[in-house]
Amino acid sequence: MAKIKKIVKRITVDAEKCNGCRTCEVMCSAFHSTPQWSSNSPAKSRVQVVRLPLRDIFLPVFAGEYTPAECGGRISYHIDDRTYDECEFCRAACPSRGRFVEPDSGLPLGCDMCQSDPPLEEPMCVHWCVRDALKYEEREIEVEEQVEIDALETALTAIADKFGWDKMMRTAARLTQKS
Amino acid sequence: MRYGETGYYLEIDLSTGNIERVQSDPKTAENFFGGVGSSLKIFWDRTTPETKAFDPENLLIFTNGLLSGTPIFGANRTFVVTISPVSNLICYPTAGGFFAPELKYAGYDKIIFRNKSPELVYIWINNDKVEIRDASHLAGKGAREVQELLKEELNDPKIQVAAIGPAAENGVLFASIEMDKGSASRLGGGAVMGDKKIKAIAVRGTKEVNLADGPAFIKHLEEARTYIIHRNANPLSHRHVEAIHDSLGSPQLMRDAEDKWHTQNFAWGNARYRRKDFWTDEIEESWEKSQEESVRRMISCFNCPSQCGALIMRKDGAPYMAKCFSKISYLFGSGIDDLEWSWKFIERTFDYGLDSYSTPQVMAFAVELRKDGILTEEDFAGTDDYPPCPPPEDKSGVFYWLLDRLVKGEGIGKILGLGTKQASEKIGKGAEAYAHNLIKGVEQMNIKLGMLDPLYFLMFATSEKQSITSIEGNWPQAAFRKYEDREEWIRDWPHVPFERFKQYILDWEPKGDKNAAPYYPTPPIASEIVDWMEENHVNDDSLGFCSGMSGFCFKPPFHCHNYYKFVNAATGLNLDEFEHRRVAHRIRNLHRAFNMRRGMTRADDNPPADHWKFRFPELEEELLTTYYHFKGWTDEGVPTRVRLEELDLGYVADELEEKGILKKVPPPTEEELEEYRKERMYKWGY
Ligand code: SF4
Ligand code: SF4
Repeated sequence: MAKIKKIVKRITVDAEKCNGCRTCEVMCSAFHSTPQWSSNSPAKSRVQVVRLPLRDIFLPVFAGEYTPAECGGRISYHIDDRTYDECEFCRAACPSRGRFVEPDSGLPLGCDMCQSDPPLEEPMCVHWCVRDALKYEEREIEVEEQVEIDALETALTAIADKFGWDKMMRTAARLTQKS
Repeated sequence: MRYGETGYYLEIDLSTGNIERVQSDPKTAENFFGGVGSSLKIFWDRTTPETKAFDPENLLIFTNGLLSGTPIFGANRTFVVTISPVSNLICYPTAGGFFAPELKYAGYDKIIFRNKSPELVYIWINNDKVEIRDASHLAGKGAREVQELLKEELNDPKIQVAAIGPAAENGVLFASIEMDKGSASRLGGGAVMGDKKIKAIAVRGTKEVNLADGPAFIKHLEEARTYIIHRNANPLSHRHVEAIHDSLGSPQLMRDAEDKWHTQNFAWGNARYRRKDFWTDEIEESWEKSQEESVRRMISCFNCPSQCGALIMRKDGAPYMAKCFSKISYLFGSGIDDLEWSWKFIERTFDYGLDSYSTPQVMAFAVELRKDGILTEEDFAGTDDYPPCPPPEDKSGVFYWLLDRLVKGEGIGKILGLGTKQASEKIGKGAEAYAHNLIKGVEQMNIKLGMLDPLYFLMFATSEKQSITSIEGNWPQAAFRKYEDREEWIRDWPHVPFERFKQYILDWEPKGDKNAAPYYPTPPIASEIVDWMEENHVNDDSLGFCSGMSGFCFKPPFHCHNYYKFVNAATGLNLDEFEHRRVAHRIRNLHRAFNMRRGMTRADDNPPADHWKFRFPELEEELLTTYYHFKGWTDEGVPTRVRLEELDLGYVADELEEKGILKKVPPPTEEELEEYRKERMYKWGY
């Protein structure tokens, strides 16, 4: 495969600066509502702040890849004499917990860096975090060309995992006939 | 679909266990906004002047505000509206944190409790699923512990919990309701919750809050954001205001260890004496060290760019979240100088669930009564259950002992739990004279000052909240010495409702005859200024803002010239600035009328006798009368028929007349109305 130039977009989190306000959740969900800005629901945000104040954990976690299965491992982390379940920090949308799934449809949510046309100067969560806990970075790198997995594909895969390809195809066919 | 608000109340009858999700009338929000505003209307309709705090008919309303849960910064306050067991007037202790928006995301604007539960229960609200659950396993548990236990039991760290501690369960009248880093403290909301046998309310919501015009809303919010960043980067000059007031929110006490201002200007003990040379180099050094070692991180409430709370993590105690003034209020009360002591002591008080304004004063009151022999050593003796109170020299031991008796309702603690006013009446023997720092039966900030200040006189006297912090804020606390400073202040001051306010600042002198306290601001000017600040707080309490983002701050991002823009974009209402102000005044007048209906009179609008050293009885009467007239009230402080009618509150006037609180008058003539309209234009612009 050919090498191509690609912009890598990254958000870095400074957990020491985060104060747990969850503005990033509000703004992410408002930006992604349809029509844009018409509503918000932090439960539908693609960034979720793990906020365990009495344990001094204030950590924005961004939705990463969708995983069709629960992970097999159950790792515990010990930080400062405390024990944390790995799920506490996991970025995946997975069937075992609701952190990164749409509460109504059960579809997975993934951070899309606020893809927009024309592109935004910085993603919404970064823009509205007045405490500067989030920073946006762009870097140009050379990578092997590969097919982008888009949000629709992720969602369809999730539905297929849940209901089976067959059922999904049949439903899709039926719906196309109706419309 | 409703915009801004959800359009639903949750009605819970605690005696039958009946739970209903009731659609609210959209007109209520239009006429009274949300939060305290619409709750007042519910109280007007559904209680009588005879309803007492602990009657089953008393309602307990948990409400968010009209803008809670929208993307606007700082609209996160939870208001607990009920009839106060302390003052017998309506009260609305409020808390920051995360509860209010979570309630909105669960699909409700209010939870309205009526009657009482036979057993201790907690309420679990998970979107449309609402249950009343047995709470016997939580009985006697601390307010902080209960919040953690329920999050674990219900298995979701994002659940928000409002809980009472043992103080409220045991009937302490000034018990608080604790919610994450917030605490609804004043005037006994916790006591009513305890009386209704609700140990906690847990809520989780994953629904949406809708905006009528999202893009416009975000555009206005972008302006506010730019302003907040600018303000954070450019705190107000310390030539103008104390360092503790230079920024937004009220983080200062948790942020800065330096606190010469409070410690030397506020009154210690039972609000008796100032310690004008308290702040020394040694104190500064030890307080700084203690604060640095104790405050792990500054934290914020929901969707707020300020960070007013502190996460306290100490080697010798469990972690907790502290709010600003509690850090010093128990020090003031006990007369102890050691900040280390305070961190330890307040940890326990948050778990007990107590108001950190009233509690230290009640205890200081008991110490004073003991010193003067009104309470005797018998009252401080031990029993089989607890040891005797340590001797007076052991200030810390005495305070811990009093705290435990109070919360457990043991011995003298049972009486002290009634608050200074009711306790003093029970104790008798002249104890009443020691309950000196009250307005309408409620312990006030422990301030004792020199010269009467006309603005603060009016605010202390007339605040319906019976607590000064809920009405002051936007106007500087003292005149600036230099004229250039006044000019500088008004240059960047779009917050005032009318340009004439800027002249008032220019004319205001710190010393002198005519243009300084107590004669300046003059009664008419003082009325205008106080009325405006009060209006801002009405907006905060109804729209759901923390006043740290508007009413309580100098030069905040939200104010009378932009509130309406957010309300319109959120709700789809089409108010102009002045119509918006009119709604705020409607709420204010209904509030006044409600308390008047319950028997409040002009005589109750009265600050503590020793609040200022120099008093001016005639001037004070003039201030009060002028202010009443400015508001459109009678000499007795009752809203007049014409004022009520033009606020569409004719039915309120009818009832006040019927009860003999207002004199019956014929409806206003066209000329009178015209006359009134002219006046109103000048006062409020509509
Ligand atoms: S907006 Fe910033 S400070 Fe607030 S929770 Fe998100 S990352 Fe933390
Ligand atoms: S980058 Fe955009 S999509 Fe991703 S979490 Fe932030 S606001 Fe949401």
